[in-house]
Amino acid sequence: MTARMRRQPRIAVAIAGAGAAALIALAPRAAAGPATLAHPAAVPAPASTKRPVVVASKPFGESYLLAEMFAQLLEARGFTVERRPGLGATELAFEALRAGAIDVYPEYTGTGLTAILHEQPIADPREAFDRVAGEFARRWGIRWLPPLGFENTYAIAVRRETAERLGLRTLSDLARAAPGLTAGLTPDFIGRPDGLPGIGRAYGITFKAVRALVPAVKYQALAAGEVDVIDGYATDGFIARYDLVVLTDDRRFFPPYQAAAMVGARLPREAPSAVLALSELSGRLTEATMRRLNRRVEVDNEPIARVAASALDELGLGLASDSAAAGGGAHPRAPGRPAATGREPLGAYLAAEAPTLLRLTLRHVLLVALSLAAAVLLAVPLGLLLERTPRGAETTIRAVGLLQTIPGIALLAFMIPLLGIGVVPALVALFLYSLYPILRNTYTGVRHADPDAVNAAIAIGMTPGQVLRYVRLPLAAPVIMAGIRTAAVIDVGTATLAAFIGAGGLGDPIVAGLSLSDTRMILSGAIPAALLALGVDAGLGAAEKAVGRVGGSG
Amino acid sequence: MPPLLSAEAVTRRFAAVDALDGVTLAVDRAECVTLVGESGAGKSTLLRCFNRLVEPDAGVVSVRGRDVRTVDPILLRRSIGYVPQEGGLLPHWRIARNVGVVPWLADDPAWDRRAHDALHLVGLDPEQYAQRWPRELSGGQRQRAAIARALAAEPDVMLLDEPFGALDAITRAELQLTFRTLQRRLGLTAVLVTHDLREALELGDRVVVMRAGRIEQAAAPAALLGAPATPYVAELLARARVRDG
Repeated sequence: MTARMRRQPRIAVAIAGAGAAALIALAPRAAAGPATLAHPAAVPAPASTKRPVVVASKPFGESYLLAEMFAQLLEARGFTVERRPGLGATELAFEALRAGAIDVYPEYTGTGLTAILHEQPIADPREAFDRVAGEFARRWGIRWLPPLGFENTYAIAVRRETAERLGLRTLSDLARAAPGLTAGLTPDFIGRPDGLPGIGRAYGITFKAVRALVPAVKYQALAAGEVDVIDGYATDGFIARYDLVVLTDDRRFFPPYQAAAMVGARLPREAPSAVLALSELSGRLTEATMRRLNRRVEVDNEPIARVAASALDELGLGLASDSAAAGGGAHPRAPGRPAATGREPLGAYLAAEAPTLLRLTLRHVLLVALSLAAAVLLAVPLGLLLERTPRGAETTIRAVGLLQTIPGIALLAFMIPLLGIGVVPALVALFLYSLYPILRNTYTGVRHADPDAVNAAIAIGMTPGQVLRYVRLPLAAPVIMAGIRTAAVIDVGTATLAAFIGAGGLGDPIVAGLSLSDTRMILSGAIPAALLALGVDAGLGAAEKAVGRVGGSG
Repeated sequence: MPPLLSAEAVTRRFAAVDALDGVTLAVDRAECVTLVGESGAGKSTLLRCFNRLVEPDAGVVSVRGRDVRTVDPILLRRSIGYVPQEGGLLPHWRIARNVGVVPWLADDPAWDRRAHDALHLVGLDPEQYAQRWPRELSGGQRQRAAIARALAAEPDVMLLDEPFGALDAITRAELQLTFRTLQRRLGLTAVLVTHDLREALELGDRVVVMRAGRIEQAAAPAALLGAPATPYVAELLARARVRDG
């Protein structure tokens, strides 16, 4: 409530028109541009929100683009925006919204219905929207803004040649031909009730083989003839690019996937005018428009910020110059290839991206170093303690080992309600993943330290503490260092997952590149990450050797 | 004068092997007693009762006239020299530090000098060996260093658990001579465990033959050779072919 009370005097000032100078100072863009006047709804929205509006997306092209449009629209209306593009997947983005870590991200009614509410698909688009909007508001106070205007349902696509040869037009036709065809489907689609299991039941489709493919490679795999059928989205830019045939869902199995802005419970309370601004996009985007915009992002590799800015312009919603600058320059984390454009070779691309990559690398190092240091501080003393109480040791170490088996995305999803998104949960996750190798090696190292030396040390009158300090620990040091080294190298790789919860690091270009099928972007994150892993391994390897020398056993 | 070390009706049962079954033994000051027997006879267990590495289930163990249960085990061990089979030198410490460890643990500022003196005693030139790592010494030299470590704090008692068992015959003979000489010269009370009857007879003022946790016979070498108390002792002597040697 405090935010609202503080804002009210300012709103009054704005409405009275008395404090024009103050208003300009507070919200230069909103006050300066003619667009504000064109949209009276935006007038009482000076950028007085204390905290920025956090706009997020899921990691695929259309989601990035819609989120960037939300962000630029909000900025054009005078709000400060924080971008969190590419949050893991539906569960992570939704958890983050529910926990209040983000304020808005683009979602689809069909996904809300089946993947979040776990309900049966509803065929009527209006009914589906009413259902999700009502349930989300009732359960979590989450608001679905009126749909953006286009549907992006699953598109089961084949090559034109395949369609003509086998006479495929509908999914019923596909059921007939499927036993002779290999499908390349995203893991998401293979598992979702409204995905492969659903069409299997609804149409009796059974493929000769099903291969799991990440979105980044499925179109190329289809075009190259590696697979015969893929799942895509109706608005994917690649469908036109590769001249694919989308099979008609003749039994209307796929529920309607109307895109809409999904807004967390806090924003309407704290900044109702931001919600109003976002709803300016409702009903404005057609399927044809989205296909064209997606193509510019996914196929032509145009910077997302630029595509979003021009799209808002066409709709008469943006402030062309201002919002483009805001999208491209002020927020380099947006996966919009801020510096490089076009299709220069990898070397030139990396050179152009160098400042960004350096920053991401430093963030990556920071994530690894902090989580590793914390893990060492806990796991080494714990390992020493367990050596003294061997009864519970194996159980404890196995329990810690179980953490290792939790998939990264799942671990991050568990932590969002507790820790939100960003750097903190990423550090905690990396910390948890680092514990096992260090703990295991510490315990094994001290427990199995040269028994002759240990027994002699006891027999000549060392106290248990002295045996640990003067004998077991120094003898185990190289083994402990090896554990730390293992953890560090694993950490460098695992830290790329941090991108899924907006913690930055070299995972950012990898995740964005995978989603946008942009190999250069993937490599711009993967190459520094690999070099970093090699460097960490070599550095700690040298440290391990040095410890071994001091220990006198090398 | 009471015995320096004594075990009275000591019983210890664990894992069925190397148990003790009511063993009574007294060791006089400056006496060297050798415990001999097959593996599992209980000789190492008996040895380890004297510095409380093993706690008996029944019976009383005394050192210098005191029940060891009333003595702090750490201080007890530091007051008794100990030599294990493989030497047990700490591989990450240089020889001087290894040898001087017991006075060092007791915060004796002169630990370094004591280490040097002890190295002299066992015939290792400190100039040459003090700054070496254990791995840079031969097996015999390491065992000499282990004896030096046992002597560095100038204890009156030494316990040796098969100290020469892993050495070749020539080195072994040299080490036996060194030990016997030092033990006599310094007036050390010593208990030495061995599975080799010849070694037991050569080094011991008294030889204690053990079998299955009991003492078969305890006697001076000549008495043992002359009058084996049991068929088992006689058989051991025959097997070692020491009677006609």
